[in-house]
Formats: sequence, structure tokens, C-alpha cells
Amino acid sequence: MKIAVCVKQIPDPAAPYDLDPDSHFVVRPNDQVLDDTDRYGVEVGLQLVEQVGEEATLTLVSMSPAGSLQGIRQALAMGADRAIVIDDETLRGADALTTAKVLAAALQEDGFDLVIAGTESTDGYAGVMPQQLAELLGVPSMSFARKVDRDGDTLRIERQTEDGYAVVEAPFPAVLTVTSGVVEPRYPNFKGIMQAKKKPIETRSCADLGVVPEVQQVIQSVEPIPARQAGEVVEDEGEGYLKIIEKLEEAKVI
Amino acid sequence: MTTWVFCEEQNGAPSASSLELLTKARSWGDVAVFYVGAGSDEAFAALGEYGATTIHQLDAGDALPAAVAAAAMSDLVAADDIALFGMGYTARDVAGRLSARLGCTVLSNATDIDLGGDQVRVSNEILGGTTRVITAATEGPVVVVVRPKVFAAEAGEGAIPPVTTVAVPDVGHAGAGTVLERHVEESEGPDLEAAAIVVGGGRGMGGADDKWEPVAKLAGLLGAAVGATRAVVDAGWVPYSLQIGQTGKTVKPDVYIACGISGAMQHLVGMKDSGLIVAINKDAEAPIFSIADLGVVGDVHKVVPALIEALEAR
Ligand SMILES: Cc1cc2nc3c(=O)[nH]c(=O)nc-3n(C[C@H](O)[C@H](O)[C@H](O)COP(=O)(O)OP(=O)(O)OC[C@H]3O[C@@H](n4cnc5c(N)ncnc54)[C@H](O)[C@@H]3O)c2cc1C
Ligand SMILES: Cc1cc2nc3c(=O)[nH]c(=O)nc-3n(C[C@H](O)[C@H](O)[C@H](O)COP(=O)(O)OP(=O)(O)OC[C@H]3O[C@@H](n4cnc5c(N)ncnc54)[C@H](O)[C@@H]3O)c2cc1C
Repeated sequence: MKIAVCVKQIPDPAAPYDLDPDSHFVVRPNDQVLDDTDRYGVEVGLQLVEQVGEEATLTLVSMSPAGSLQGIRQALAMGADRAIVIDDETLRGADALTTAKVLAAALQEDGFDLVIAGTESTDGYAGVMPQQLAELLGVPSMSFARKVDRDGDTLRIERQTEDGYAVVEAPFPAVLTVTSGVVEPRYPNFKGIMQAKKKPIETRSCADLGVVPEVQQVIQSVEPIPARQAGEVVEDEGEGYLKIIEKLEEAKVI
Repeated sequence: MTTWVFCEEQNGAPSASSLELLTKARSWGDVAVFYVGAGSDEAFAALGEYGATTIHQLDAGDALPAAVAAAAMSDLVAADDIALFGMGYTARDVAGRLSARLGCTVLSNATDIDLGGDQVRVSNEILGGTTRVITAATEGPVVVVVRPKVFAAEAGEGAIPPVTTVAVPDVGHAGAGTVLERHVEESEGPDLEAAAIVVGGGRGMGGADDKWEPVAKLAGLLGAAVGATRAVVDAGWVPYSLQIGQTGKTVKPDVYIACGISGAMQHLVGMKDSGLIVAINKDAEAPIFSIADLGVVGDVHKVVPALIEALEAR
């Protein structure tokens, strides 16, 4: 069984983001990190590989500048076997559909039984890329999974719904998207980190994959939103609740 | 130009987001609804009232509906049309698949839509709601995914529109997902998304049951709905359906009381437009204080019980 996990490298969310003043794109620093969301996808993939045994493999697929591979190494250190990175100057400012086309081409070339992605990335959070990918690959989108089971050739998930969850089943091949609750991602150990340095990372260009990027959206303006003013902050010395009562009275809800 | 509004049936009624989108779209002219579900006269009447001029209904039964809905919709949406979706789970699935079928871009997380001029322009808030970006689509059709509650749903006076039943297309393997069971996780009290007061609990409550009790009790006294952070639903203290934030519900109550919530960007996007925000956190540096009208630096297990006692005494 061939499992692929889509992983996105993003600027460190704890550091401030910069926007390029001309293109308005997020400036991607040289050291990008693995999107935290994707650690869950990698963990789900690793657990499935462990269940299936010897003949299962885990490949990472990422569209990102190959100059920065720190995030990919993080995922390899968790236990993935190899990575395919699509890097091409023409992909700067790609929209989600362009990303999906590029990843679909790489996945079709490499082969897959299951593709795992996060429900939305931390930086772009369009939240539709995996579904676009599923459509391009012609497979079911088993989305918003909070529990994942495999039974032979069938994938069964608990899919989050507005008022609870549904149990949904589909045969492989499929695209699966996972929310964070699904598993507890492992931390890479020393052995994993050392092995990751030797694991193969293959790169592809758009020409290799036969994809011509064509982005149908342009950013027209970027402006700061006036921050909501922080109000009064009081230290609780046993009377803090009285302040709250006061505010609730002012708001006429009590 | 036709505006399409996607509507997934929820508990036999149109989704709340579809009524919000209809309210916005009806001022532009004709609005066609693509409805996924069994349908009923009441549901169709409601859609008409909010502005639908035609309804195309597809009932996928127990199939996971996204692949067939996107295929059917792609035959209906014309090059100069605009298709609006809410952020619901099925809505996002269909929006993504439809855009891939039509080969058109998705403008996501929209907080406003402007059809002035000859382009569709969409505002959205990025970098944790600190920056507003206006993005335009350069080609049609345009698929827009709109954040919940940015348009208030208001009933109009439309009549029941004509309803066309759409046959379920054969999409082969892409349509192979099947829903085996549906589970509703009951929660007490008012509906989280509609409540006038929300009491939100975070990891700072320290656990489920007894530890969580002050949140539930305070909500009960105020007639408020209970909400939670992702850390809390992931830990299993309360059901997922109570999650507020980027991957959960968006709330806009008159009063939001945050108990033991740090105020991560992904949580703030789901509640920052609330009226009065009160936060209780033991860490004076917690980001939640930067948007709170009143911040109380203290232990939730002291402040909240004291508040409960005072409210009970009234
Ligand atoms: C602030 C901001 C706003 C944006 N808004 C839009 C928009 O409205 N519409 C639009 O089309 N594009 C938008 N983009 C561009 C978009 O983020 C990128 O094209 C991105 O590569 C794919 O979209 P996403 O990260 O939003 O995907 P999502 O759909 O949010 O991501 C879900 C999952 O897909 C996988 N994934 C996403 N990107 C990659 C990748 N490069 N390599 C491997 N796996 C990946 C990951 O597993 C991720 O968890 C925006 C970008 C930014 C920075
Ligand atoms: C892609 C993605 C999507 C996400 N979507 C969401 C989402 O939709 N909603 C969401 O909420 N999160 C979401 N998150 C997670 C988010 O980043 C935070 O991790 C989460 O909101 C933190 O929850 P918390 O505030 O309960 O916990 P913590 O961040 O752990 O904060 C707990 C707080 O409680 C305080 N505290 C502890 N003990 C006490 C005490 N006795 N008295 C008073 N205060 C105390 C602490 O000082 C701390 O500030 C998402 C993350 C990602 C990556």
C-alpha cells in the first residue's frame, strides 16, 4: 500500500509574517517549518503503515521552495520514507487550485492508494485544496476525519458534522483529510533525526510534471485592520467577579 | 449573470449559512439555489422567502454527496456566474471539487463581496484578523467561500420558487463514499451559533466533569450557550460540536465570557466580533486580554465560582 501525505512548509507562525509590498504575497523565509496541522496527517500515515506492515510505504509530497527543507526533514524524522518536493519559480503566488494541480500530477506519476492532508493550512487556510486534489485524482474525499480505521481495501472514518459526526466508508484509492484530534503526533527521536538526513528527497519542476501554472486571482489591496481596543485588565484579589457583574449589568444581560 | 447559493440540508432545514448568503445575493438579481438533501415544502418556502428564484435539488441519499453535487453543479454554472458557499463541511467539499471541475479559482474566507465594476472582489482577513486583503478573480466563473455570520440573514418576501430535481450523476469511483451512520451529539441549552451569551471554556479549566462544571453552571445561570477551544474538544472534555474558531463554529454573541482560554489566533477568528468580551486567565500576558473589554487576571476556579455565587444570590 502506497500512502502519500501532503505536507506544507510555512514560515514559523510564532514569528511575525511579512508581506511583499509589491506582490502582497507572504514573504517565505529560508527556514520554513512543518505546518503543525500536517504532523497529524504524518502520524495517521505512519500508524496505517505500521498496521499494514512491510509492504506499505509513506511518501511526503510538498509544493515548496527546495531551498528550505527543514519542515520536510521534520516529517521525515517522524518516520516517513521519502519526499517529493515540487519547486518552480513560476509557482510563487500559486492559488489552491494550482497547488492541487501540481500535487495531483506528482501523485499520479508516483502512484498512490491513499493521500492524506490537513483540513486547512495554518498560513493560507483556504481549506479546499484537498477536495480539489480529490476531484483531479477522481477519488472520494474522505474529509474532516476525527477517527480513521482501515479494514482491508476499505477506509472508514468518523467525519465531523455540524451537530456531531457521521461514520463514512469508501474503498481505496481516496483522499483523507484529518483534524487535529485524530491522533497524538509523535516527536522525532534522535535516531529518526539522524536517519532523516539520509532519506531521499526528490525534486520536480512544473515542466517535469507537465503543469503550466495559471493563477486566476490577484490581490488588489492590503490594509491593516484597526485592532479591537483592549479594555480594562484587573488583577483578581477576590473581588474580580464584582467587575464582571458590573460589566454584565452595563450590557443589560443580568 | 446568475448567482448560485449552495445549500446543504441540516435537520430537514436549509443551512444557516445559505440563508445568510441568499440575503446578500438577492440584491444582485436572480439567485439559484443548489440544494443537497431530501427537501420539503417548508425548506423550499424558506429559501424563497430569503431570495431564491429557482431551486435545483439533488438528493444523494446515503452517498457522501460532494462528488455528485459538484458534478451536477458544474453542468449548471455558466462562465459569468458566481457560486457562493458557506464554510460548512459539505459546502467546503463541494466548493473545492466544483472549482477543480470548472478549472476556476476559489476565493476563500470571504468577509465581504463586491460586484461593482466588471470583477468579483472579495475581502478577507488574514494574519489572525490583523490585515484586510481584497482579492479579485480574473476569470469566471468564480467560486467564493464565505465566513459564517458576515451577512445577517433577513427574511424577504419571495414566494416558493420552482424546484427542479437534479438526477444523481454517475461519477464512478469519485462518488464511492457512503454514509453508514449519523450521530447527533446532544448539547444542553441554547444553540451555540444563535445564543446571545456564550461562555467559552479553555484548557485552563483543567479537565472535564467537576473541573468543567463552573463553565456549564455559569452558562446555565445566564441562559448562555457553552463553547470551547479546540484543545478542550481534542481532550474529549466536551463534544466537537462546541468548538469555536477557525475549524469550528463562528459566534457573534452580545457577550462572550472566556474562561481559561489563551486566545490563539485560530480561536479568536471564531469569536472576536462578539459584543462584550470578558476574559478570565491567570496569565496576565495571555493574548485573549488584547481583545477583551474586561480582563480578570486570576484563577478560573476562584473567579468563576465567586461569580456563580453572586449571580445565584440575586
Ligand atoms: C493569507 C493567504 C490567503 C490565501 N487565500 C487564498 C484563497 O482564498 N484562495 C486560494 O486559492 N489560495 C489562497 N492562498 C494561497 C494558498 O494558501 C496556497 O496556494 C496554498 O499552497 C494552498 O492552499 P492552502 O494552504 O490555503 O490549502 P488548504 O486547503 O488550507 O490546506 C489543506 C491541506 O492541504 C495540504 N497542502 C496545502 N498546501 C500545500 C502545499 N503547498 N504542499 C503540500 N501540501 C499542501 C496540507 O496538507 C494542508 O494541511 C492564500 C495564501 C495566503 C498566504
Ligand atoms: C489549523 C489549526 C486550526 C485550529 N483551529 C482551532 C479552532 O477552530 N478553535 C480553537 O479554539 N483552536 C484552534 N486551533 C488550536 C489553537 O491554535 C490553540 O491551540 C487552542 O485554541 C488553545 O486552546 P486553549 O486556549 O484552551 O489552551 P491553551 O492555549 O493551553 O491555553 C490555556 C490558558 O489557560 C490559562 N490557565 C491555565 N490554568 C488556569 C487557571 N487555573 N485559571 C485561569 N487561567 C488558567 C493559561 O494561562 C492559558 O492561557 C487550531 C490550530 C491549528 C493549527
